[in-house]
Order: sequence, then C-alpha cells, then structure tokens
Amino acid sequence: MTVTTRGGAAGLRRVPQYLALLAYVVFLAFPLLWLLSTALKTPREMALADPTWIPREPTLANFADAFGEQDLVGAATRSLVVALASSVITVVISLPAAYAIARYRGLVNRIAIGWVLVSQVFPFILIIIPLFMILRDLELVNTLPGLVVVHVTFTLPFALWMLQGYVRAVPAELEEAAAMDGAGRIRTIVGVVAPLLAPGVVATLLFAFISSWNEFLFALVILQDPDVMTLPLTLVRFTGPEGVARLGPLAAASLMATIPSLIFFAIIQRRLKSGLMAGAVKG
Amino acid sequence: MTATATRPAPPTPPARHARRRRFSRQTREMWVLMLPALVPVLLFSVGPLLYGIALAFTDARNTRNHETSFVGLENLGDLLTAEDFWSSFRIGMIWAVSVTGLQFLAALGLALLLNQDLRFRGVARVLAVVPWAMPPVVIGLMWKLVYHPDAGILNSVLGTHVNWLADFSLALPAIIVVGVWTGMPQTTVVLLAGLQNVPRELYEAVEVDGAGRWRKFWNITLPQLKPVIVAITSLDFVWNINQFGLVYVLTQGGPGGQTRLPMLFAYEEAFRYRFAGYASMLGLAMAVVVLAALGLYLWRQMREAK
Repeated sequence: MTVTTRGGAAGLRRVPQYLALLAYVVFLAFPLLWLLSTALKTPREMALADPTWIPREPTLANFADAFGEQDLVGAATRSLVVALASSVITVVISLPAAYAIARYRGLVNRIAIGWVLVSQVFPFILIIIPLFMILRDLELVNTLPGLVVVHVTFTLPFALWMLQGYVRAVPAELEEAAAMDGAGRIRTIVGVVAPLLAPGVVATLLFAFISSWNEFLFALVILQDPDVMTLPLTLVRFTGPEGVARLGPLAAASLMATIPSLIFFAIIQRRLKSGLMAGAVKG
Repeated sequence: MTATATRPAPPTPPARHARRRRFSRQTREMWVLMLPALVPVLLFSVGPLLYGIALAFTDARNTRNHETSFVGLENLGDLLTAEDFWSSFRIGMIWAVSVTGLQFLAALGLALLLNQDLRFRGVARVLAVVPWAMPPVVIGLMWKLVYHPDAGILNSVLGTHVNWLADFSLALPAIIVVGVWTGMPQTTVVLLAGLQNVPRELYEAVEVDGAGRWRKFWNITLPQLKPVIVAITSLDFVWNINQFGLVYVLTQGGPGGQTRLPMLFAYEEAFRYRFAGYASMLGLAMAVVVLAALGLYLWRQMREAK
C-alpha cells in the first residue's frame, strides 16, 4: 500500500466517500457490538426497560452460566467430533479424485466438475427427504456417524473443486522431471507433489471443518434426540418463550460458537480472494 | 455452448504424444483415484437425488409403515392448487430477488470504496468479512437480539416499541435486512477482486479524453466487471432462494407464514406433517424454477455479450 499525502482540496472531495464508508462500518458492526454488549450484561440489567450500549456493570458470568445451560459443553464436543471426522474423511477421499481431475482430461472429470456445479443449485430438501429415509433404514438417524456421512457427502464437491485448483497450481513438469530422474509414481507424489500441496490441503481441511461446525439443516433433520444434538441445534433450543433472563448466556454461547470460524478466516483471509475469484468466474 | 465453438483450439503441448500412449493405464489409474470420492457421492448424493425425484411422483409418507404407491402428477396438481404454496412461493421470490439485488448494490458500493485509497479501509475490509465467518445460526440469534421487542437495541435507538419479527408487514423486510447483512461479504470480496483486475490502461486511455468519474464507471468499470457480476448474482440468487437456517432461527416462517420461504414450507411438509412425496414435488418444482430462471438470465447475458 502506498501512502500518499493528500492536499486539502482532495481531502475535502473525499468527505462523501468517508461518510459512505462510515455508514457501511456502522451497518456491519452494530449487530456484532450488540451481541457483545448483551453477552456482558447481568440478568438484572437485561430486564430494564431502556437497553443501553455499554453494560453498566459488565460481567463475565454469562459465559460461565452458558456452560451450565442445555449441555452446551456436550454439544460443543459433539460438534467438534463431527467436524473433525468429516473434514479429515472429506480431504482423504477427495484428494486422489482432485488429483485425477486436475491431471487427466476426459469425460469423467468433466462430469465431476458438472456435478460440483449442479450440487450448488439443487435445493437440499430434494435430497434430504430420501437421505433421511436411507439413513433411517441404515439405523443412522440420531447418530453422529450418520451426520458425518451427510457432511462428508455435501462438503465433498466444493472440497474437490478447491483441491483440484491447488493440484493444477503444481506444475506437471515437476512430476515429469522427477519421473525422468527415475523416481517412481508414489515417490513422485509423496516427495514432490505433497509438500507443494500442503497449504492447499490445510485450507481445504479448515473449510470442511467450518462447513460442518456451522451446518444446521442436516443436523436438524438427522439429530432429533437432544442427547446427540450438535452446537447450532443446542443454541437454537436455548431461545424459548422464557423471556429476557436467558439472553445473556445465549449471547455468550453464540460468541463462543463463532470462535473456530473466526480463527479459520483469520488464517485464510489472504487466500480467500484469489480462490473465490477463480471459482466465481469459472462457475 | 456456442461461445466456446468460436474460440481457437489451444496449442497442443509437446508431451501429448507420450500421454496418449499411456492412455489405457491412465484411464485405469483415474478410476482408482476417483473411486473413494465416487462411492459416497453416488450413495448419498446422486442416489438420493434420483430417489427424491421419483418420490415426487408418489404418495410417500415419511413414516415407517406406509405402503407407497405411484400417483403420477397428483402432487403437482395439489401443489399448484394449494394457496399456501403460492403464498410461500411469492414470499420466496420477493426474498430472493430483493436480497440478491440489495446485496449486489450494497456490495458494489462497498467494493468501490474499498478499492479507493482511503484511510481506515482496513477496518472496513475486516468487518466486511466477519459475517461470512459466523455460523448462520449465530447470525440469526444475534439479529434476534437486535430486533428483540424489550431488550433489543433497535427499538431503543428508534424510540419505537415494535415487535419486528412478529409484525405481519415488517417481518419480511426485517429478515431481508438480515439476508443482505449475511450475504454482503462474499459479494463484496468477489466484486473487489474483479475491480482490481480491471487493467489500469483502460482508465488512462479515457482520462486522456477527459472522462469524469461517472463516465469511467459506466464505460469502463461496469462492462469490465460484467462477467463477475453475472456469476456472483446468479450464485447469490440460488443461495438465497435455498436459504433455510437463517430464517428458521429468526422467525420459523412466522408470523402467520409471512416469512415462510419455500424451503421452510417444504421442511414442514416433510418433517412435521410427513408428506414426503408432496414435499419432494415441492423441492423438484423449486429446482425447475431456479434452473429456468438461471438459464434465462445467463442466456440473456450471453446474447448481450455477443
């Protein structure tokens, strides 16, 4: 970024632009600040008639209370298990396919890419009804493995799309050179391709993890028993007709549920733009 | 696609000959590599999709002991004569079109600002991505706190006493605002990337002619951005019409069905009333509508581009 000194006239001309930017910042930030403010308020202050931005007596008690409510720790643990399992499985099974799509031309990879695009358009409801029936026959409804199967299946197309992009970025000449030097196929892949692919694999893992951690609709359909519910479901059950007393812990729990995604975005923020751009233009 | 036919063939790489000789081995290898991904996709995605399309023509119930029989187009007939479907469809269209449109305009404005050399744009840049990083359920809960009739900030700021999400005429606009807030980041990031790819020379060329800011925007920026705009608005529309979690958390489709988007309607039919066949037909009908709308839009854009 280059820093330029601006004259008074140029600065004045930019006033409308700064006002517009300020409007955007306010629109984007105010719900977030309100969530934070609510999370720091005491139940007594929540009950007051005129809510204020700055809590009068800020407290962290809501965060502690949140852990006691509705088995939130259990739900977070289950979400973690499901997200870890589905992200690892997704990457392990899509990596070879991504390699095949990136390196070989042919009908199959065109069909695969077509499927990636089609899977973005079809309404989930069309798939989730039969899927629910299939999982029920397999006795996988109300189980975490059932949800993992679904998350893997539905993260797979986009993971495949991401990974094949990363494989394409590794020059095929490198592999050919390694083969020339007498390295076998496996050694070429492990020794040459894998190290170059590692950052892309990590990004895809994180993407799959977050997709699963945040996912709501499939979890809602498949996990109906409160004892197996994941974090998003438990958070929604938090809001009942009980009134404002529990809003503080709810806000605190919501903030905590956002932490994994925030870490993920902090890590991949730079990659985001280029990756998404490529996807959007090709899509 | 006709657009590809006019493009010159890519130059043949020299390694092509060697590759062709290994063709059969490559095909075999490719299948082995594809298999681990192919099996779950076929079993849990392609299979259910075909099964779902078939279900749409049956009277299937989402219960264990039910004799399912083929009923042809009966579900479609029921759907087209059901008043609650048409009201849900209308609400879904209002939602998807207005969220996509407003999202695009807001994101374009923000992207143009972020593309300028302004102070504090780093703050805006980070903030613009935060909604993307939040679980949809948390976004819904957060806005519920904002809209809360007693403890919410909105009534306090406006000095009103409105139950936003339970008001017949205000609930839909209220959730549309949330939809715009939620979807703005992706659109902004994509448009910003598009803006940064517009070649500088194009601007310099018209600056020589003394073109002002507006003329530069209309004559250079917009036409250059066109492919990106078409791609992202299409995606946004599809995402918005298929929206479920956000609205489920905010209003569950209420008050009185005023925010019952088609996907919420289908969910209720399938999992509350257990009419699996009927709900599948609803999903199928929505898929056809979305594909048709998308096809028409892309076809028009492509014809214009020629």
